[in-house]
Amino acid sequence: MVRVENLTFGYGAGGFRLRVPEFVLDDADRVAVVGPSGSGKTTLLNLIAGILTPEEGRIEVAQTEISGLADAERRRFRASNIGFVFQDFALLDYLSARQNIYYPFRITPALTLDAEARDRAERLAVACGIGDKLDRHPSALSQGEQQRVAICRALVTRPKLILSDEATGNLDPDSKARILDLLFEQAAEAGAAVLAVTHDHELLPRFERVLDFAQFREGAAV
Amino acid sequence: MSALFLAFAYLRYHWARSLVLVLVAALILFVPVATQTLLSTSERALVARGEATPLLLGSRGSQLDLTMAALYFSDERPDPVAMREVEAVWDSGLGVPIPVYTAFSSTGFRIVGTTLDYFDFRGLSPASGRGLSMLGDAVIGAQVAESLGKGVGDTLVSAPENLFDLDGVYPLEMPIVGVLAPTNTPDDQAIFVDIKTAWVIQGIGHGHEDVVTAADVAAGTAALANAAVVQYQRITEDNIESFHFHGSQDDFPASAVIVVPNDTRSSTILKGRYLDTEGPTQLIEPAGVIQGLVDRIFRIKSLLDVVTAIIAIAAVAAVGLAVFLSYRLRAREIATAVKLGAQKGMVLRLLAAETVMLLFVAGCIATIGAVIVSRNAEAWVGWLLALGN
Repeated sequence: MVRVENLTFGYGAGGFRLRVPEFVLDDADRVAVVGPSGSGKTTLLNLIAGILTPEEGRIEVAQTEISGLADAERRRFRASNIGFVFQDFALLDYLSARQNIYYPFRITPALTLDAEARDRAERLAVACGIGDKLDRHPSALSQGEQQRVAICRALVTRPKLILSDEATGNLDPDSKARILDLLFEQAAEAGAAVLAVTHDHELLPRFERVLDFAQFREGAAV
Repeated sequence: MSALFLAFAYLRYHWARSLVLVLVAALILFVPVATQTLLSTSERALVARGEATPLLLGSRGSQLDLTMAALYFSDERPDPVAMREVEAVWDSGLGVPIPVYTAFSSTGFRIVGTTLDYFDFRGLSPASGRGLSMLGDAVIGAQVAESLGKGVGDTLVSAPENLFDLDGVYPLEMPIVGVLAPTNTPDDQAIFVDIKTAWVIQGIGHGHEDVVTAADVAAGTAALANAAVVQYQRITEDNIESFHFHGSQDDFPASAVIVVPNDTRSSTILKGRYLDTEGPTQLIEPAGVIQGLVDRIFRIKSLLDVVTAIIAIAAVAAVGLAVFLSYRLRAREIATAVKLGAQKGMVLRLLAAETVMLLFVAGCIATIGAVIVSRNAEAWVGWLLALGN
C-alpha cells in the first residue's frame, strides 16, 4: 500500500531533518508509529499524504508515486485514496455531524456526493453508534462521539489508506481502546490500511506492527 | 454549489455575526443612495413650489422669511402687510392677488387664511366634503386629516396665542367642511380658512349678543355698558349675522400676498412698482429665493458627502477587518480542507462565496430600502420640509 525509499526531508536550512531509507506498509496493514515529540511522525504522514514533498527519495501510495505528482493531482489523489483522522477531530462547528461526514465530497470535484455515498455515510454512522446523532452539531456531541464522526468522515470516501494522527490523544482511557477498535473494524471492512501516530503505548498491542520513529531522525542508524 | 452550500451553512450558523455584517454593508450602500434621493427630491420639491409661485408681495424684510411663511407655512412671522396692498394689485389690473395669513395654528398645524383663488391657483380640490363657503369653515390638508384622524363633520379649535392677552386671540371652533386630496406639498399640512375667519381668530372681527336689547331700551338703561355680553366662540348659522369687523379692511393684516401676473409684461411692471427700497413693501420672485436656499443646502451637502465618504471608508475598513479576522479564525478549517484534498481554488471560492453572499443580501436590503425611499421620497420630503413648522 505504501512504499517509502531513500526519503529525505527538511524544514529550511539548519532546521529539522528527516531521513527514511525504507518503509513499507502492506494492504490492510495496521501499523503504529511511535517516537518522541518532534521526531517527525506527523511530517511522515504529511509526506505520505502528499501535503509535503520530499527533497529526495520516492513515496509510492497504492502503486502511485505520489512525490512525482503535480500539486493538483496530489490533492485529487489524497481526496480519493487517503482518509485522515486527527487528534483534535477537526470537525466544523457550523456543520451537523451528517454534513461533517459529507465534507470531503464538498471540497473536491474528485468525489461525488451521490445517493450511494449518502447511504454509505448513514451505514458508517450506525456502525459507529452515532446513527441517531447525525443532525447534531459537534458542540452537542461528546469527544468520543466527535471522534466517531471524524472516523466516518475518513472512511466515507472508501480510501485505501487511513492516516491517523494521535486519533485517541484527546480521549479518556476507556474511549481510546473503543475508538481504536472501531477504526480498525471499519478500516478492515473497507479494506484500508491504517498508519497511526500514537503516544499511547498501552494501545500498541492492538497494532500488527510498531514503527519506532527515533531511528529515522537524521544521523540515526537504521 | 458546494462552496455556496458551505458558505450558507457558515453564515447561518454564525447568524448574529452575519447579521451585523449584512446590516453594516447594507447601510454603507443604502445611506448615500437614500441621501442623494431625498436631497434631489427636496431640491425638486423646493424649486417646484418656488417656480409655481410667480411673485410674492410682503413687508420689507427677510425675503427668505417671507417666502418660507407664504409658501411653506413655516414658523417665520414676517411683518404683516396691509390688505390695501391687495386692493392696489386688483386696481392695477396687472394680476390676481391672493392674500395668505399664517399667523395662527391649531393642534400643531398652521391655519392659513386665504381666499378661494388660492385653491384654483394651487389646483387644490377636496377629496371629501366641499370647499370654503361660510365664515368659520375649515378645509384641511390630507396629512392633517390623517394625523388628527379628523374628517368632514369634525371640528378644530384654533390655539390661543397668549393666555393673558384678554384683548387678543380667543380660541375659535371651526367645523371641517372638506379634506383636500394629497399633493405632497406643504398644503397637505395646512388648515385652510377664509382670511376673514383668520381675522376673527385674531379678534379683529367677532360676534356677540346685542349690547343694547329691547329690554334695556324699555328700562331706560340703553346707554349703559353691559359686561355680561356673550362673545361667540363658534360661528353658526344662527349667530353668523352678528359677526362684524371693526375698522377698515384696508388696514387688516396678511402675512403675504401671492401675486399671479397676467403676463410677463404685467410682471415686469409690477416688479418695477416695488423697487423703492424705502417703501414698506417688497415684491419678490420666490423661485430666486428658493434657488439661493437650495444652493446653500447643496453646499452643505458637498460637506455631507465628504463626511459620508469618510464614514463609508471607515465602515468598509471595519467590515474588511471583520472578514479578515473571520478568515484567520478559520485557518484551522482551511488547513483541514487542504489535508482532506481540497483544490486550491476551493478555499478561495468558499471564502469568496461567503463574501459575495453577504454583499448580495446587503445589496438586496439596500436596494429595497432605496426603492422604498424613492417611492416615498415626495411624501417624506413634504413631511421633512414641514418639520420646522
